[in-house]
Amino acid sequence: MSLHTLTIHQLREKLRRGNVSAREATQSLLDRIQSVDGKLKAYLWLDAEDALAQADAIDRSGIAKNGKLLGGVPVAIKDVINVEGQPCTCASKILKGHTSVYDAFVVQRLREAGAILLGRTNMDEFAMGSSTENSSWGITHNPWDLERIPGGSSGGSAAAVAADEAFAALGSDTGGSIRQPASLCGCVGFKPTYGRVSRYGLVAFASSLDQVGPFTKDVADGALMLRVLAGHDPHDTTSVPQPVPDYTAGLGKGVKGLRIGLPKEYFIDGMDREVEAAVRAAIKKLQDLGAEIVEISLPHTDYAVAVYYLIATAEASANLARFDGVRYGARVTGEDVIDMYGKTRGAGFGPEVKRRIILGTYALSAGYHDAYYVRAQKVRTLIRQDFEKAFERCDVIVTPTSPEVAFRIGEKTDDPLKMYLCDIFTISVNLAGICGVSLPCGFTNDPRLPIGLQVLGKPFGEETVLGVAHAYEQATEWHKARPNL
Amino acid sequence: MRKPVARRYDTFLNMANDTNQFDVGYVAHLARLHLSDSEKQKISAQLKDTLAYVAKLNELDVSKVEPTAHATPLANVLRRDEVRPSIDRATILKNAPEQARDLFIVPKIVE
Amino acid sequence: MQYEAVIGLEVHVQLKTKSKMFCGCATEFGGSPNTQVCPVCLGYPGVLPVMNEEAVSKTIRTGLMIGSKVAGFSKWDRKSYFYPDMPKNYQISQYDLPLCAEGAVEIKLDGGKTKAIGVTRAHLEEDVAKSTHFETTSGVDFNRAGVPLMEVVSEPDMRSPEEAFAYITALKEILVSGGISDCDMEKGQLRCDSNVSVRPIGQKEFGEKVEIKNMNTISGVRRALAYEIQRQTAALQKGEKVSQETRRWDDAAGRTFVMRTKEYAHDYRYFPDPDLMPVVVSEEMIAAARKLLPELPEAKRQRFIKQYGLPEYDAGVLVADTALAGYYEKAAVASKNPKAISNWVMTELLGKLSEAKRTIGECAIQPEHLTELVALVDGGQISGKIGKEVFAEMFDSGKSPGLIVKEKGLVQVSDTGALEGFVNEAIAKSPKSVADFKAGNEGAINFLKGQVMKLSKGKANPQLVGEILQRKLRGG
Ligand SMILES: [Zn+2]
Repeated sequence: MSLHTLTIHQLREKLRRGNVSAREATQSLLDRIQSVDGKLKAYLWLDAEDALAQADAIDRSGIAKNGKLLGGVPVAIKDVINVEGQPCTCASKILKGHTSVYDAFVVQRLREAGAILLGRTNMDEFAMGSSTENSSWGITHNPWDLERIPGGSSGGSAAAVAADEAFAALGSDTGGSIRQPASLCGCVGFKPTYGRVSRYGLVAFASSLDQVGPFTKDVADGALMLRVLAGHDPHDTTSVPQPVPDYTAGLGKGVKGLRIGLPKEYFIDGMDREVEAAVRAAIKKLQDLGAEIVEISLPHTDYAVAVYYLIATAEASANLARFDGVRYGARVTGEDVIDMYGKTRGAGFGPEVKRRIILGTYALSAGYHDAYYVRAQKVRTLIRQDFEKAFERCDVIVTPTSPEVAFRIGEKTDDPLKMYLCDIFTISVNLAGICGVSLPCGFTNDPRLPIGLQVLGKPFGEETVLGVAHAYEQATEWHKARPNL
Repeated sequence: MRKPVARRYDTFLNMANDTNQFDVGYVAHLARLHLSDSEKQKISAQLKDTLAYVAKLNELDVSKVEPTAHATPLANVLRRDEVRPSIDRATILKNAPEQARDLFIVPKIVE
Repeated sequence: MQYEAVIGLEVHVQLKTKSKMFCGCATEFGGSPNTQVCPVCLGYPGVLPVMNEEAVSKTIRTGLMIGSKVAGFSKWDRKSYFYPDMPKNYQISQYDLPLCAEGAVEIKLDGGKTKAIGVTRAHLEEDVAKSTHFETTSGVDFNRAGVPLMEVVSEPDMRSPEEAFAYITALKEILVSGGISDCDMEKGQLRCDSNVSVRPIGQKEFGEKVEIKNMNTISGVRRALAYEIQRQTAALQKGEKVSQETRRWDDAAGRTFVMRTKEYAHDYRYFPDPDLMPVVVSEEMIAAARKLLPELPEAKRQRFIKQYGLPEYDAGVLVADTALAGYYEKAAVASKNPKAISNWVMTELLGKLSEAKRTIGECAIQPEHLTELVALVDGGQISGKIGKEVFAEMFDSGKSPGLIVKEKGLVQVSDTGALEGFVNEAIAKSPKSVADFKAGNEGAINFLKGQVMKLSKGKANPQLVGEILQRKLRGG
């Protein structure tokens, strides 16, 4: 029996009935990882014994059989989210050997829901990147084509779910780091509204943009995971005290009468032809299902990447200042404190992180602060207002997730700007603080690579977004496709 | 108006020339980030491109726009003044690169 | 040429809260190193700060006490600089929108004049850790990291070290009376940096500003400023330039030294902290803070005059020191003779304290014991003279007056039989005084009184002694 291919809702059904145990589910996943992760390298760390021990505890307690949402379900965690007693390196040498001393809020939520905390997935160092090539611990391969990148920064989580190495995985999304790899690996990746899910325990990249979200094999699992993760946390003052709807119960309402906005700025020449064709076909499908299509405008789209790189790097430059070799992490000795700082950080951070720290430091430094940082914050306001105006005319917005499918490993490593522009369709969402999902909507022909559809919603419009995504998914077969490994 | 993505990249890269002087050494010192000479050169060149690209923000008139610092409109999120248990000292000192006498040890700080 | 100094002070005050500014760790002073820490105040990866409401409300209260404008909208900023005592290598502070702006602190000058020293701003930030220095290394204790710290920045309104001294004293007074901070400089609860420059009298422009750090006591501030003003004046007189720099006061050496200015390149890269939401100060928050304001000195002075029947002068002296006023009131409120309490405090107590170089907080005499002492004297159990003796013992031992009187057998002798014995003895020993008295020199009786007191070892009731003497001398 290949339990690892199941979705969470399928697995939960079997666990509830007592047909399988949490141990069997976990063992099946461990076997799968054993057989394919050598090729993919999605996981950075895994303690099979510990995972099985967690599973046994759940089997003994009966949690798997009762109504707990994730009772007995192993979940993989991006290496940027703290799990007490497990390593948390953010794929950086500067945190080599670091062990978390506390649980992130979302991890507490997973534990309370009966999940098994399976292992740590690869990522771009400190979530900075779009290809997972910036990991200090090696490259993760796209399960559909091992020569290609899985996207990033949550590339390990996306690849693991797409390759049936995980039933679900947590990721973080600062400018598309959940949606873009989900799109490139062919799974579902959800980025919640800013403030919907607590950031406590997520190692900050850009605090005003970061959100934790799930990778799943289908939309129903995404709804289930979101129900577990969402909710108010008094330890995160940006967490919004708003009730969490039963996202699962909200599915299946269809799209009849819903207005779907298509931003004219997103359908540009130069986009991969096959991507555009697949997305247009998906829109046609939604129309066939009863949705009304309206053209909208997000006039400041063209500025989003610039705004993002100033704000995100500025915040990151301060967030990453704490990695100094004093209280935790790696240290390189120096002649004095300043020398120790410089050497520790110089040796501990990889090139992309260094580049961004320099840019962010520069953007905040005396004389440039207003020209770069404040101006970027102002244009961020314009981008947010674009969405507010657009959502007066539509219920959700549909776009491609990425202008391209997975590219070849090494193809863009020397051109950071080109890499940054991969994120043009996802970045505005974080700047505006709204929610969005990426789900499979087709494949390119040769090679066969997944294409992602992005559905965006109003702040706290998760239910509507999931509803539209679910309606489309159920009317298509894309989510059932699996890579040949 | 439709603009091909590819052409846009080139336009931005060509704008690189008029970027202000970028002193990577000074910024690296502020950030306490040791960079080798080749790293300095490479980052300097790449950041000139990036800065040229972000200069496009100057096209917009933002004189009447309020900056956005937070993505949610919350205010006054405060906690009560209550003491909670602290973490065990042994646990945190175990994570320290160097410790002695219950303190985190660093090279001597000179004032 | 005559020169004058221009002085501004930056005072950092630890707010009196139970827990730290952004986490639940205790703020108590003196804990074993690194026991009052958690992932938040150690700046662990992934943690987030949550603001302590008490710290905000105490800062607002301070603003009201110094007549500041309390901002309707205030936010938190990150101030970046690397230092081992700063867990995140940025300090959460307030940059352009502090909670309080434009206040004033009134200081008293010689000759009863007052002067208002402007307060530019008062804002809230977090304290840093404490470092201990060894041979080749330094050790960091993060217990203090994250304790709420209020920075009060004055205008450059002070012109002498004495004015600076008076300003800190007055500010401290306000903060202690308002329950904002204990301001114990030895515990680092109040710390002070100064900007000082010197210019020829009459010149409008300020001279080159020098920042002085590490002035750890109020008297240290006075000494450091006096030294620095003298140093700068001497430089200008020699035609030298004063350079803009940061100097460190070395109290033992009695001079200031240039700090390594290179590491103090002020490029703090302030930006709004995305982890903390702004504070919108509502009318209700201000009203709530107003309710907790202490009685203003002038109102208290008027009340003391009315309630305790004190002369204006006494009331003024007592109210000038909040702790002293509190002490007095504790003793006076239970006493039938509050004026007598005031006399004891003003003469005996203040005298002894200054002699012993102690503050009222360090006084061994409990206020209720002072009430008891006044009652003993008023009730005639002891004489005023014995009272002073008892007081001295109370000051040294902290014992109650009743106990001291009992232990030392100081109860006043009012037994006429016993007193007559002393009187007879005195008359017998001093025939000259007796003769003088009888010759019409009424004053001679005082000498005889003194003799009786001596013979009774001070325990005789002086009033009774006088009566018996009169009777015996006139009648005899
Ligand atoms: Zn703490």
